[in-house]
Amino acid sequence: MIAPNGFEAVIGVETHVELMTASKMFCGCPVDFGQPPNATTCPVCLGLPGALPVPNREAIERILMIGAALNCQITPTSYFHRKNYFYPDLPKNYQISQYDVPVCHDGEISVDVDGETALIGITRVHMEEDTGKTLHVGGGGRIHEADYSLIDFNRSGVPLVEIVTEPDIRTAEQARAYGAELQRIVRTLGVSDARLEEGSMRFDANISIRPRGAEDLGTRTEVKNVNSLRSLQRAIDFEIQRQIELVSGGGTVVQETRHWNEESGSTTSMRSKEESEDYRYFQEPDLMPIEVSPEWRDAIVAGLPELPAARRARYGSLGVDGGVAAVLVATEELGAWFEAAMDGGGDPRLIGNWLSGEVVAWSRTEGTDLASAPLTGDHLVELATMVADGTLSASAAKKVLAGVLVGEGSPAEVAAARDLVQISDSSVIEREVDAVLAAHPDAVAGIRGGETKLIGFLVGQVMRATGGKADPKLVSKMIAAKTAG
Amino acid sequence: MPVQIDIAKVASLARIALSAEELHRYGEQLGAILEHAERVQQLPTEGIPPTAHPVPMTNTFRPDVVTGSLPIADVLAAAPDTEDGYFRVPPVLGES
Amino acid sequence: MSDPADLTIRAAGDALRSGQLTSAELTEAVLERGRITEAHLHAFLTLDQEGAKEAAAAADAALAAGHDHGPLHGIPIALKDNICTKGVETTASSQILSGWVPPYNATVVDRLAAAGAVIVGKTNLDEFAMGSSTENSAYGPTRNPWDTDRVPGGSSGGSAAAVAVGSAMAALGSDTGGSIRQPAALCGVVGMKPTYGLVSRYGLIAFASSLDQIGPFARSVDDAATLLEAIAGHDICDATSIRRDVPPIRRSIDAGVHGLRIGLITELSGEAIDDEVMGAVNHTLAALADAGADVGEISVPSCEYGLSAYYLIAPAECSANLARFDGVRYGLRAAGDTTEEMMAATRAAGFGPEVTRRILLGTYALSAGYYDAFYGQAQRVRTLIRHQFAAAYEEYDVLVAPTSPTTAFPIGDKVDDPLAMYYTDVCTIPINLTGDPGISVPVGLDSRGLPIGFQVMAPALEEARLFQVAQAVEDLSQFQSRAALATSEVVAP
Ligand SMILES: [Mg+2]
Ligand SMILES: [Zn+2]
Repeated sequence: MIAPNGFEAVIGVETHVELMTASKMFCGCPVDFGQPPNATTCPVCLGLPGALPVPNREAIERILMIGAALNCQITPTSYFHRKNYFYPDLPKNYQISQYDVPVCHDGEISVDVDGETALIGITRVHMEEDTGKTLHVGGGGRIHEADYSLIDFNRSGVPLVEIVTEPDIRTAEQARAYGAELQRIVRTLGVSDARLEEGSMRFDANISIRPRGAEDLGTRTEVKNVNSLRSLQRAIDFEIQRQIELVSGGGTVVQETRHWNEESGSTTSMRSKEESEDYRYFQEPDLMPIEVSPEWRDAIVAGLPELPAARRARYGSLGVDGGVAAVLVATEELGAWFEAAMDGGGDPRLIGNWLSGEVVAWSRTEGTDLASAPLTGDHLVELATMVADGTLSASAAKKVLAGVLVGEGSPAEVAAARDLVQISDSSVIEREVDAVLAAHPDAVAGIRGGETKLIGFLVGQVMRATGGKADPKLVSKMIAAKTAG
Repeated sequence: MPVQIDIAKVASLARIALSAEELHRYGEQLGAILEHAERVQQLPTEGIPPTAHPVPMTNTFRPDVVTGSLPIADVLAAAPDTEDGYFRVPPVLGES
Repeated sequence: MSDPADLTIRAAGDALRSGQLTSAELTEAVLERGRITEAHLHAFLTLDQEGAKEAAAAADAALAAGHDHGPLHGIPIALKDNICTKGVETTASSQILSGWVPPYNATVVDRLAAAGAVIVGKTNLDEFAMGSSTENSAYGPTRNPWDTDRVPGGSSGGSAAAVAVGSAMAALGSDTGGSIRQPAALCGVVGMKPTYGLVSRYGLIAFASSLDQIGPFARSVDDAATLLEAIAGHDICDATSIRRDVPPIRRSIDAGVHGLRIGLITELSGEAIDDEVMGAVNHTLAALADAGADVGEISVPSCEYGLSAYYLIAPAECSANLARFDGVRYGLRAAGDTTEEMMAATRAAGFGPEVTRRILLGTYALSAGYYDAFYGQAQRVRTLIRHQFAAAYEEYDVLVAPTSPTTAFPIGDKVDDPLAMYYTDVCTIPINLTGDPGISVPVGLDSRGLPIGFQVMAPALEEARLFQVAQAVEDLSQFQSRAALATSEVVAP
């Protein structure tokens, strides 16, 4: 949605991503969310007296991968800081984070919305640790009316990467596209499962509005508790609208943190920034600086897998339509089938269209999970080959594909069982063509008189007569020849 | 001159509940200590980097290896209040 | 044989291996010394008699079976109560940790166990190691074994007093601004702060992370070196632990001082120092010169700012380190209708005045608008001090100074004057800021019969040189570290 009334929205997104390393950020506890409360804790992640943090090298390796994938500068020497605030799920009552010198900074990625590309600047990517989880008991789960709270420190100390964008985003759709692309990048890197519902990827959005064309930034609000890409878009749209209505009505936006409420589809004030904490950042004396040599940085860059943008470009170079490529890269199963089919030498354009078209539509209408479909890359290659050698018509191929998707067998088996193999025997076709020409003398006369579009009508008649199995190209050619001059 | 400080704000940041009398006393004592500590401002330090660690090193990491967690009984043994394996606390006012 | 509790570690080790003595006998003698002296000293918060007897029996059995774990095998040692011991209450002398039993051992405790040592108990300290007299203990002060109306120094006053009277043959303390060296000086024993990072801090309840270092107390320089050798070395659990082999600590311990350049720090001597203390220091310097050392004096001007920098850096770090004591997971919990109120009430009830003062001071020094003028500037001054010490070590192999500006002062003398109390650390603080090693060796008594400490400092990781000079100081001063004398009133026949 474009902000109406001559206003423009200015949006920045902060993302927290939990890294799925084997062990936590600063201790040897496992990163494992399937355990009973407090079962994966130790002196370090419980903040026991005397315990000390030691950074997980793999977590540093992974944040460097993220930074490199977001085209960031890698800081040669960066530091850990303590961010001081009291909260019962923060065991030391300070979070080990980074402050003025993050490990990665000044990156950018591009996102496409409706064919328009926007460049989103990445301000910083920094390393920190996650907190425990607080469960508010009683009062309908609402924090302010709770009777008491319960704390589980299993999540405490899980490596957490914070990614902050420049205020380059202008619409909720762009923010969503950014979030989706970031999720794809993180998953492609294999550093996190990046699940929004489970909190391993979390978004906060900073939103302000200003008259279109204005240079200065308006007062911003920060929206928290966004648990899906869809709600990221909804929350931002709501907040833009709220601010426009407020300002249009003569009011002013208050700098504050607002809570997105999924059920009501609205944001509510949590606290204003005036009473915000003084975090008293200072360099973490228990930890030494992170030094990334040019060799280390180069090795990280060299080891990056093919990222979504590069993959889309590669599909494009194979002749796949841009929109189709985006769909293939966006959906893991589609992408995997496509890659497998390419390995088998299948036609990229045809197979891409089937996957983004028929397969997606089938999955939607049937409500079937793609992951459970018995489709393989070999099936797709086989199907494409049958079209290429004239065994199947394009429309029959789609029917065969539908059969394969519901488990009726390989394309050859489905085509045979459903009797969809194309008639390419010209003597058989000629018999049908002659019969149709004899039955429609007016049409034949019309064509001879120059109404060539009637050829299509006659082709249709032949196709109907053959139950769609005749090769339409051959039929068309034959009719044209027999009605010529 | 003793340094004037907003001792109530400092106590609130440090999350220590102090009486008015205690705040006053600590405020005066801190003022006197800071007057002495302020002497660090007499030294010219332009261009001098800060020292955070006395013996500089970098990249002191550990490998990504699971070395185990405490038995749950040990985790909760010293807790003032627990419920079903959780630490239990009075209701929380603010959000993190 | 004299009372085994008065032996040095080396002499006791010889007796253990020659079969003249068992660890059980030695440990019993040390525990008995504790039973006699504790009523007067209060050096211990926990005396683990059962645990010590078991460990001693195990040590004897191991030795009998031919498993000799080295020079600390079977030796009774005490630990400052801010060092975590699995299964043994650890309070850091704070009400907020009353009754807390750690589920894990500090690395130094595991290393002592591996070396066959017998842990006799946990010694008293200023709450969270914040203080210079051990009067800030929530469980009552420790007294000086040379004069029980006086303080033992601090914050490791319990460890110093225990070693002085023989209720431990040696002990570990922690030194953040002089907390090992100053009580060692005031109690007439050897106390040593290693190079920052040489000994793991894992399991040491943190006061100021960039300054804290665990180190040994002993009745001889040689014993202190023995204890340091057992606990030093890289630890994967401490990211500030130095990653290299331990330098050979006693490589040159008996090499004497001939040709060594020894520099007295001008700013830590002279008028600000008690005359008798300065007299003993000068006397020692003269003896060192006679022994062939090249003795001189050097100015390290930024030393004068050390105390100011320290009283910004240490409280700042402590304000964060002590934030974890909040009544949620362990320790004291005071009542409160909300978690916020509960935390604030717990911390008010659980921390004593000095700890509260330092938390507030550090919170202020880090807070918005003041960081740069206070904490940031203190860190830059710290850099200056490091640079000037490094320059001084270009001219001298070791630097020396009194350990404490005075001998032991009366209990209660400075409790209401924080600045006067802070000043007692003026000579020890500089090398906490630089991270260099230092040692206090007793060199004499003042006219009241109170011990005087002589401090030797060396560049980072030059522990061998430090012990070499300290050994020479001990040999030259002929100081008799006589626990029996020190406790003659209490160890009545
Ligand atoms: Mg964050
Ligand atoms: Zn852990």
